Amino acid sequence: MTPVAPAGDAVPQGDDVEWESVIGLEVHAELQTVTKLFCGCRNSFGDEPNTNVCPVCLGLPGSLPVLNRQAVELAMRIGTALHCEIRPSSFHRKNYFYPDMPKDYQISQYDEPINVGGWLETAAGDRVGIVRAHMEEDTGKTSHVGAGKRISDADHSLVDYNRAGVPLVEIVSEPDIRSPLEARAYVDELRAILVATGASDGRMEEGSVRVDANISVRPKGVEELSTRCEIKNLNSLRSLVRALEHERERQVALVSAGGKVVQETLHWDEAAGRTVSMRSKEEAYDYRYFPEPDLVPVDPGAEWQREVVAGLGLLPAERRARLLAAVGDERDDAAVDQVRTVVVQGLDDLVTAAVERGAPVGLALARVANEVAARSDGGVSVDPDAFAELLTMEAGGELSATQAKTVLAELLAKGGDPRTIAAERGFEAMSSDSLADVVGQVISENPGEWGRYLEGEDKLAGFFIGKVMGATKGRADGKQVAAELRARRG
Amino acid sequence: MSGTSPTPGALELAAEVRSGERSARQAVEEALERVALHDPQLHAFVTVTEESALEAADGIDRAVAQGGDPGPLAGVPIALKDNLCTRGVRTTCGSRILEHWHPPYDATVVTSLRAAGAVTIGKTNMDEFAMGSSTENSAFGPTANPWDPARVPGGSSGGSAASVASGMVPLALGSDTGGSIRQPASLCGVVGMKPTYGAVSRYGLVAFASSLDQIGPFARTVRDAAALYNVICGHDPCDSTSLPDAAAVDLAALDDGVEGRRIGVLTELVDEMAPDVAAQVRRAADVLDRAGASVVEISVPEVRYGLSAYYLIAPAEASSNLARYDGVRYGLRVDAPDVARMNAATRAAGFGPEVKRRIMLGTYALSAGYYDAYYGQAQRVRTVLIEAMGRAYGEVDALLGATSPTTAFTMGAKTDDPLSMYRSDVCTIPSNLTGAPAISVPVGSGEDGLPIGVQVLVPAYGEPLVFQVARVLEDAVLSTS
Repeated sequence: MTPVAPAGDAVPQGDDVEWESVIGLEVHAELQTVTKLFCGCRNSFGDEPNTNVCPVCLGLPGSLPVLNRQAVELAMRIGTALHCEIRPSSFHRKNYFYPDMPKDYQISQYDEPINVGGWLETAAGDRVGIVRAHMEEDTGKTSHVGAGKRISDADHSLVDYNRAGVPLVEIVSEPDIRSPLEARAYVDELRAILVATGASDGRMEEGSVRVDANISVRPKGVEELSTRCEIKNLNSLRSLVRALEHERERQVALVSAGGKVVQETLHWDEAAGRTVSMRSKEEAYDYRYFPEPDLVPVDPGAEWQREVVAGLGLLPAERRARLLAAVGDERDDAAVDQVRTVVVQGLDDLVTAAVERGAPVGLALARVANEVAARSDGGVSVDPDAFAELLTMEAGGELSATQAKTVLAELLAKGGDPRTIAAERGFEAMSSDSLADVVGQVISENPGEWGRYLEGEDKLAGFFIGKVMGATKGRADGKQVAAELRARRG
Repeated sequence: MSGTSPTPGALELAAEVRSGERSARQAVEEALERVALHDPQLHAFVTVTEESALEAADGIDRAVAQGGDPGPLAGVPIALKDNLCTRGVRTTCGSRILEHWHPPYDATVVTSLRAAGAVTIGKTNMDEFAMGSSTENSAFGPTANPWDPARVPGGSSGGSAASVASGMVPLALGSDTGGSIRQPASLCGVVGMKPTYGAVSRYGLVAFASSLDQIGPFARTVRDAAALYNVICGHDPCDSTSLPDAAAVDLAALDDGVEGRRIGVLTELVDEMAPDVAAQVRRAADVLDRAGASVVEISVPEVRYGLSAYYLIAPAEASSNLARYDGVRYGLRVDAPDVARMNAATRAAGFGPEVKRRIMLGTYALSAGYYDAYYGQAQRVRTVLIEAMGRAYGEVDALLGATSPTTAFTMGAKTDDPLSMYRSDVCTIPSNLTGAPAISVPVGSGEDGLPIGVQVLVPAYGEPLVFQVARVLEDAVLSTS
């Protein structure tokens, strides 16, 4: 969808040219509605194949689509968060044959999308224009069985239509992005917005958020756009950055050698670390768009829009600002990173809740950013009271950091009361006297290592900490052991 | 039509069943006997559902015995065009590609019929995917006209028209995209009506051209047609184009007459018709005049463009609607080494020549670079026609014209000349393009002794008036015959 101008004749040549990438992204986000876009089937990931299906989403003869109101509202939330104009809109049919598309056309918005003309500001402060954010239906999922994994060399294919008809919003950016890392920052912020607005769970690994990238290169200072390529199959942020870096280098090398970039669609091969041509512009499909006669236009009137805006919570930028203000004096680069992580995952409310219940903000932020956020397998829910209690125990020295992390893991997995969990596991704080005793014991058992440590072999601290942990079955606090060792060395 | 002993009218039959005077089982058994007698010659049915029909009839008889109300069409046998989905009963659309397809769900109209006590006795033959005007495009062979088996019954709902005309059933449902109810009604001498677009739910009607398709009734009398319309009309949340305010007509007001009504004889639907057809339209105009209407001649030249616009819009939508028959999920599959070749082989074997022709026409009309000249232009013509008809309805309440340019033609007469076949729809297409109701009511016969119907056209939501005008015409015929 990125506008393209033909490459100018006056392309500077030579080694001293400084190249600039011009990147635009198309992000597909699955909306977390209860039901699908045009029928009453459950919108749910990971169920038994072909269980969430009905005549409508299977495209059976005679079936008709009915638009899901909740999907329209979530699309409007996204539009609002991206500062778009929300407009009366309509649906078209995009016609092409593919086995995972039940009707062999996709119902999508074409010349009258619901959201147009907005912008997004990345956490680093770069502003990227938004062309449009429109609604469409997802396809089913095909898996190819047999010799290879591509359709061309499979023995047969299996199609799961649970995903067919799941609502999507496609967010198309202007070609305002200038580097692979900025592209990553854009996707990060967009995911944070999707999560904060409740529109999507933002998970790339499950395919809830999928990114296609358009990239061209031009010498810095040149205004006009060069021929671009579109890269598909970017399933992670890592793939996005790697693919864009690879493609930037490929295009620069090509143009520097006097060649010309051909407009084409590329497939990112993550294992091989390179892009592979899928089809050229000449081979592009003719989708034969025409207005979907089975649906009527949607008019998100002023009153409906006011309701949606009123129901919109804090957006990521506001959430980050709020959390950083709470961090106050402890704000450093690490804290800023942790705040971003926590907000992207929609976990800032947990930090705030723990702090309100008396937990130290630095510890709450670190534990959520590192421990809670890592468990991105979905449905992270931990009782804020229990979480705050655990942090208070750790801060008060009742539990070592290691013990606290163990208790937290159990809280996340099963819930419960942190004191009970700690007691069941025999966790109790070691007094500094008993810790000193154990350290003395370990030193006396390992005189050779101790001698080398005294002579300055610092990495042996880890050896002693490990021994103390073993002797105390993990009850000792690693930091306290290190402090004791340093104290004994003098 | 000698040798047939037609059933009583639908409402008469329902009254007898409700009062216990006649059992639903008897009504259905008699209908099945007539099917066994006549259908080998006519081939109006693709599938006869004897067993489920008798079960349903027994259910109604039990309800009557228990003092319940089985509905306004209690025990009335009905035939359904084979593009209406019936749960567990194959629904072929007259196509090889769906020859063995058994829908897992009922169309909304089928559910409504059952709730009203009607008993489905089978699925009727049709031009493949409703594309045709003679029922010769059925993959399962043609249907004969009950008035002359060498003639076509019209189409695409030829099976439904013939099933009613032959007296096998008092009621049938058809679908009308460009005249597929009204034209066969005219050729078979029965009443056929296309409702306002959105008045009857399309959920479960296998789509031909979504913006034009409407389900409607066939009956031997206007009153029965109105009663059937009343059962199937109304809002359906499963169809986004269903009107929120589509209402049943008041059967008590059917005989209110046309006194003081302004009726326009639509020049374009008279002048270019066969002389015997034009004469019947003039005669019908006289009937309305004598009944107290003020009859004027009116010309809407834009009507002439309807045919061309229709034959771009309908194939365009069809090319998309029929894409799903790809061999992947249901219907015919012809195996091939890869998916694309399987799709192609399936469609090559499963679709007949007329369907292929229209898919190609429609695909072309929507293609990049041609869209604006063809599909876009056709939609603009459609808008112009809607405006022109709107102006006409500023002057008159209803329009009168022919339904079909000729009486029933001989089988095979037009099969090699698609354009000549397409012209059979010239009188009926305007109402599909404007989304307005229209009815064909038999008024007499032509020089060949075959039936001729005239068409009454009204603006959207004009169902009460269209039935009233038709009643006056029907009465005049009954009194002279």
